[in-house]
Amino acid sequence: MQLTVNGQTHTVDVPADMPLLWVLRDVLHLTGTKFGCGMAQCGACTVHLDGAPIRSCVTPVSAAGGHAVTTIEGLSADGTHPLQRAWTELDVVQCGYCQSGQIMSAAALLKQHPNPSDADIDAAMRGNICRCGTYQRIRAAIHRAADLAGG
Amino acid sequence: MNARSDPTRFDASRRDFLRASATLGAGLVIAFVVPGAMRRAWAQQGAGAAKPLPAPNAFLHVGTDDAVTVQLAHSEMGQGIWTVLPMLVAEELGCDWTRIRAQHAPAAPVYAHTVFGLQMTGGSTTTWSEFDRYRQVGALARTLLVQAAAQRWGVKLSACTVENGVVRAGTRSARFGELAEAAAKLPTPSTVALKPRKDWKLLGKATRRIDTPEKITGRARFGIDALPEGVLVALVARSPTFGGTVKSYDDKAARAVPGVRDVVQVPSGIAVLGDHFWAAKQGRDALKIEWDAGKNGDIDSDALMAHYRELAQQPGTPVTAAGDAAGALATATQRVVAQYELPYLAHATMEPMNCTVRLADDRCDIWVGTQAQGLDQPNAARAAGLAPEQVFIHTLFLGGGFGRRANPHSDFVVEAVHVAKAAKQPVKVVWTREDDMRGGWYRPMFLHRFEAALDAEGTPTAWRNVIVGQSILAGTPFAASVKNGVDNASVEGAGDSPYLKAIASHAVELHSPEVGVPVQWWRSVGHTHTAFAVESFVDELAHAAGWDPLAYRRKLLADAGATRRLGVLNKAAAAFGWDRPLPEGRGKGIAVHESFGSFVAQAVEASVVDGKPRVHRVVCAVDCGTALNPETVRAQMEGGIVFGLSAALYGAIALKDGKVQQGNFDTYPVLRIDAMPKIEVHIVDSGEKLGGIGEPGTPPIAPALCNALFAATGKRVRALPIDLAKAEAPAPLTPPAPAASAGAA
Repeated sequence: MQLTVNGQTHTVDVPADMPLLWVLRDVLHLTGTKFGCGMAQCGACTVHLDGAPIRSCVTPVSAAGGHAVTTIEGLSADGTHPLQRAWTELDVVQCGYCQSGQIMSAAALLKQHPNPSDADIDAAMRGNICRCGTYQRIRAAIHRAADLAGG
Repeated sequence: MNARSDPTRFDASRRDFLRASATLGAGLVIAFVVPGAMRRAWAQQGAGAAKPLPAPNAFLHVGTDDAVTVQLAHSEMGQGIWTVLPMLVAEELGCDWTRIRAQHAPAAPVYAHTVFGLQMTGGSTTTWSEFDRYRQVGALARTLLVQAAAQRWGVKLSACTVENGVVRAGTRSARFGELAEAAAKLPTPSTVALKPRKDWKLLGKATRRIDTPEKITGRARFGIDALPEGVLVALVARSPTFGGTVKSYDDKAARAVPGVRDVVQVPSGIAVLGDHFWAAKQGRDALKIEWDAGKNGDIDSDALMAHYRELAQQPGTPVTAAGDAAGALATATQRVVAQYELPYLAHATMEPMNCTVRLADDRCDIWVGTQAQGLDQPNAARAAGLAPEQVFIHTLFLGGGFGRRANPHSDFVVEAVHVAKAAKQPVKVVWTREDDMRGGWYRPMFLHRFEAALDAEGTPTAWRNVIVGQSILAGTPFAASVKNGVDNASVEGAGDSPYLKAIASHAVELHSPEVGVPVQWWRSVGHTHTAFAVESFVDELAHAAGWDPLAYRRKLLADAGATRRLGVLNKAAAAFGWDRPLPEGRGKGIAVHESFGSFVAQAVEASVVDGKPRVHRVVCAVDCGTALNPETVRAQMEGGIVFGLSAALYGAIALKDGKVQQGNFDTYPVLRIDAMPKIEVHIVDSGEKLGGIGEPGTPPIAPALCNALFAATGKRVRALPIDLAKAEAPAPLTPPAPAASAGAA
C-alpha cells in the first residue's frame, strides 16, 4: 500500500492491520514517534492524520492510506514551530521520550484553539502521559507558543 | 569520599592523566589511563587476559573547529546531567557555551563512579561525585591551551586571559581550535587550580538544557531506537509467575505468522523474532506455552500484608536504639499508636525496557538505555562467554530510569544477549507495557508500625518504629553492605530520622521477610516509605498533642539541632503562607525530609472533590547545598513531586496467585495534566555540602498531601495509594499498653 508521511509517499508491504506506529518506526525508520503502551493510554505515539491527532499504536495502517500522516519529524523543517521554540525557552523536556507525542497533541490543539485556556489544554493533553512530570512546563509552553504564533 | 575532600587542587601525575589521540579527530584530548588495579580487577572478572583499552577513554575533546565534546561517564535519563556535567567543564575551560556538546561515554573502568567504583548512574550522586573530576578536566584543558598560546606569542602565562573559547594577551588572540593541536603536544601539568565559587560565571546560573533540540524534533535516539544493520525485533514470552519455567511449548502457529523469522528458547522464556515489532507480537500471541509456576505461584499481596501486620507485632532486628523505649512506652501516661502500609510499585518508565545486541565470536555490541554499564558489561560478558572488554556498550538516551534501568542482574540486557546468542542474529528485544509492568523489580511493599509516648506538653519521650519489608540488596552484588541484618535501603530516613535525636528513649526495628517478588530501588528508594511513615506519624503526634503541625515540627527539629531541615521547613511554610486562611473545604499539610544529601520541605493545599483527593498547590523548598543549575533543580523538584503524587494517588502493584494484576496505564494510572497542581520551588542556598536532586523531591509529597487531607477531612490516610473511603479516625491518646504487647529490642 501507499503511505504519505511528512509529504513523502512510500510504498509499504505490510499487513493491513499492522498499527501505523510500527510501520513508521520499524519499516520507515521514523523513530521520533514513540511506543509507550500499545493501547492509546499514554499518547507517546501521537501523530497527525490530515492534521488531527491520532494514537498510531491503535490505528491500523490501512486507515492511514490516502491520508496525510505528519510525525514529529515533519512538524517543522528546522525545529522552529512555535511549540518547539516555546519548549526550548521554558526548558520543558526531561527524559524526552514522551515529548514527540506531547508536541504533536499540542500542535493539533493550537490549530483548533489558537489561544487555549488551561481547561482547553487539560482536555487536549490529558491523553499524554509524562512520567518525568513536565506538565506544568507543558502548560506554560503551550500558552507561550500561542503568544509566539500570534505575535 | 576522597573526591569531595579537596575541591580545588589535584595531582594530575598521580591520577595518570594522559593526552592521547582518540577517534574524535584532531585536537586536544583530555583522557585518563585506566589504573593498573582496575585493569587487574577487570581481567579477573573476564574469561581472558586484560587487553589494551579498546575504546577511547577521553573525557574531553577540543577540536580544531572549536567544538568542545564532553564524554559523560553517567547516563542521561531526564535528570539533566547532559547539561550539568558540561557546565562543570565549561566553567573551568572558559569555552563558548554554544559550541559544547555531550556524548555518553563507552563502558570502561576509567568511567567508574568516583565513589561507587563502577560505572553507573543512581543515588542522586552524579553532580556531587563528579564536581571535582569534570572541573579538573576543564581546568587541565584550559591550562594547556593557555600554555600553547603563551609559547606561540612569547608571553607569560599570567598575561593571558580566557573567555568564550578565545585566549587573549594584549592585542593578540587565538581561538581554542587554533591552539588545540599545539596544546595536545605539551607535557601534562601536575596540578591545576580550580576557580573559587565567587569567580563562577556559569555555575549557579539557570542554564537551559542542551539536549532539547534533538528531543523536540524526534532526532534524539533512545535505546528502543537502535537500528543496527539486519536487526530483528524480538518479544519474549516470560513466566506469568516469578521464577516460573517453561514446561513445554508449541511454536507452530507462531512460526506461521507472516514476518516471524525464528522462535528460540532462552532462560527467561520463549523469544519470537520478527521483521518488526508487530510480527514478533503476533507471533508471541500465537505461542502455546505450558508453564511450571514454580515456588512463587501462590503469592498474594493481600495475604502478604496480613503477614506483615503480624510481623510488626514482633520484635525485629535492631536498627538503632537509645534509652529504654519499651519501658518508657509501658509506663507512659499518654501514648499514640499508628500503622502505615505501602504497596509494591512499578517504575513504569515511559520507554518500556528494551535492549539491542549484536554478537560475534569475539565481540558483543549492546545498544541500550542503562543506568549501570559497570554491571551490564560483566553480566553481558558472562552470558555471551566473552571477556568484559569484548563487550561494547553504546548508551543511548533513557526514556526514564527511576532506578529500573540499574538492575543488579542486568535482567533486560542479559536476556537480550541470550536471545541474540540463541538466534545467531542481531536482535532488539522490546518489552510491551504489560511485560514491563509485570516483569518485577518493584519498590517493595512496606509496613511501618509506630508507638510513641508523649509528656504533658505533648513532646515525645519514647518512640518505637517497627518496619517490615523485603531487602533490596539481599541477593545482589551489593549484599555485603547489609550489616547486622539491616539493609539500609529498608530503613534510610527512619533509622536515622532527626526526630530520634530529641527523643531520649527510641528503638527502630526491622523485619526483612524473604518473598519471591523481585524488588529494586525506585526513585528515592527507602525514603519513599520512611518519609511517608515518619512524617505522617509526627503529624498524628502533633494533632494528639494539640499542636499546630508546623510548630510541632519546628520544636522537635530545633531540639534535634536539625538546622538545614528547619531552613527548608521555614522557607516552604513562609512561601506557602501557612498562617493565611484557606478557602472553605481546603486543608494544608506539610512534611520535611532529607535524602541523598539534600533537604526538602513541601507544603500542600488539597481538598476532596467527588470523594477523591484534589491537589491544588505544592510549595517546595530545597537545600542541596549549592544549586549548580537552578533550572535543573526546579525541574527535578517538579518531576519528583509528580512522581510521588502518582504513587500516592494511584500507585499499587498487587499479586494474586503469583500473578501481577496490573498491566498498563488503565490499571496502573499515573498523574495526568488535568490533575497537575501548581508547583512553586524555592531554592535555599546554604552553601553546605552538595547533595543530590534527582530523588529528594519525591519523599515529602505523599505525607504532605495526606496531612493536608487530614486537615481538610479529619480523616487519616494510613495506606497508600490514597482511598478516602478507607481513611481512619485520628490516633487517640491512649493509656499505656499491657507489657506483653510492648516488645522491644
